[in-house]
Amino acid sequence: MRSIYAIYRKEMSNYFVSPIAYVVIAVFLVLCAAFFNYFLTAIIQESFQMEMQGMRFGAPADFDVPTQVLRAFFGLLSTLILFFTPMLTMSVYAEERRRGTMELLMTSPVTDLQIVLGKFFASLSLFLLMVLPTASYMVFMYLRSEPRPPWALLLAGYGGVALLGGSLLALGSFMSSLTESQLIAAVLAFSADLVIWVINIFFIRGSLGQGNTVLQYLSVIHQYEDFTRGIVDTSALIYYFSFIVLFIFLTVRSVDSMRWRRA
Amino acid sequence: MIEVHDLTKTYGSVTAVDHVSFTVNKGEILGFLGPNGAGKTTTMRILTGFMPATSGTARVAGFDVFNDSIEVRRRIGYLPENPPLYPEMTVESYLDFVARIKNVPADKRSGRITDALQKTSLMDKRTELIKRLSRGYKQRVGLAQALVHDPDVIILDEPTVGLDPKQIIEVRHLIKGLAGSHTIILSTHILPEVSMTCDRVVIINKGKVAAVDTPQNLTTQLKGGQKIRLEVKAPEKSLQEALAQIPGAGKIQIESPRQDGHLLATVEAVPGQDLRSQIATKVVERGWQLYELRGVSLSLEEIFLELTTDDAAHAQSTN
Repeated sequence: MRSIYAIYRKEMSNYFVSPIAYVVIAVFLVLCAAFFNYFLTAIIQESFQMEMQGMRFGAPADFDVPTQVLRAFFGLLSTLILFFTPMLTMSVYAEERRRGTMELLMTSPVTDLQIVLGKFFASLSLFLLMVLPTASYMVFMYLRSEPRPPWALLLAGYGGVALLGGSLLALGSFMSSLTESQLIAAVLAFSADLVIWVINIFFIRGSLGQGNTVLQYLSVIHQYEDFTRGIVDTSALIYYFSFIVLFIFLTVRSVDSMRWRRA
Repeated sequence: MIEVHDLTKTYGSVTAVDHVSFTVNKGEILGFLGPNGAGKTTTMRILTGFMPATSGTARVAGFDVFNDSIEVRRRIGYLPENPPLYPEMTVESYLDFVARIKNVPADKRSGRITDALQKTSLMDKRTELIKRLSRGYKQRVGLAQALVHDPDVIILDEPTVGLDPKQIIEVRHLIKGLAGSHTIILSTHILPEVSMTCDRVVIINKGKVAAVDTPQNLTTQLKGGQKIRLEVKAPEKSLQEALAQIPGAGKIQIESPRQDGHLLATVEAVPGQDLRSQIATKVVERGWQLYELRGVSLSLEEIFLELTTDDAAHAQSTN
């Protein structure tokens, strides 16, 4: 435990001495804010239109603006996360390998699993730090909106964000462990995320292979969609935990394989 | 303290370490000498638990490096060829990190860090970012890193590479000072380093151990022992004959006469024999003029070359 914490601590402090973390977080938050603002205005406008229509045609105006905004926003977050996590994980192992510090870690009295876990928790913490400021929008909405945004949706939404983020970070870290180049690590993780995204757009949501349940079950994003509706499904939890455990396991194997390679 | 038995490491068809065996006693400094690519780094990496051996065993403080890897790693401080540094950390925070992953208890940590900083004369650089340090200082931070948990065994892979002569002397002093309380293995391809710092030498070439001995024994007894150089005014042919008559004389080399007619001759002696007086008597008997007569020990460099090139020639002839 102490060893995991030692690795974790070092990773966190290294994140914040390089400008990358600040830049990534800043760009992420700017995009989040812009999209949130866009969703908010668009959905409020839509609700006005619905209300007008309702007045004209006498249909009941039943339009829950906060819920709509939250759904749209959490939907957007999943896409942003896909494209931002590779930047958080690209250096995790690649840079250590390039500098030869992996040799220090691997000749210290820590197990490969402890190294991988320390690094994983650090990247997850950084990710949560990145997403956390968006909660301020929710506070704002909570104070100003009528009806109030549903708590269940908020919690499920952020829970889903953490699980999706954790999965993609585990995937990205694994990619980083395969190479000595940050760039290649980022490209690998990004490509993997792109494939996930494309499969989701064309094969699950789109016209190709409607209702392909196997793909749906395997899709990282599809599993996330329930959370944006405020539903926490046990199968989704199991899915994400398995995904994270699988990639942590693969990363441990990959780190171990460095011992067998000729360097 | 360290027992290596029949250690072999192959990468595919390449054998990097070939049935290497040696032991290192507690408190001793063992020099690992060999040309580049001889298998020094690979052997060290096996000892530090970085990589497993293909066959054979290695034990550090009684623990097997493969089966009890974590126990071994607790007891080893390791400076790889390129110091494993995080450039954006300060010297102090880096050492703090290393102390943590080496399981130094919290109450002893700051004391150990200060100790390591003092030993490597880095006290005034401790708040500096590592990336701002010069090559020599970076090397010292690497050394401090290997010392910070006060390990029983310290393994240094080419610790003086890239340092200026003054720094090299400092590092050698430091290493000598660590002996006794620590067992040290250091690798190098610089020969004087071995004779200056090490108690014993393992000469390794093409993955095989070519010789194990003290630097003194290696230089005097093991190979050829003494050479005698003499400067004498004499006819070349009769000098050759005269020297060859001396019992115990080996190879005789005579350089072509200099302008003043003096000859420079080198006589290799059988180990353990001092031929100087016999040569002097011989020269005087013949009525030649003797200008100089001195014994030259075979330098470690020559032994090293002889051992490693012999081996190479042997390997070629068997192929």
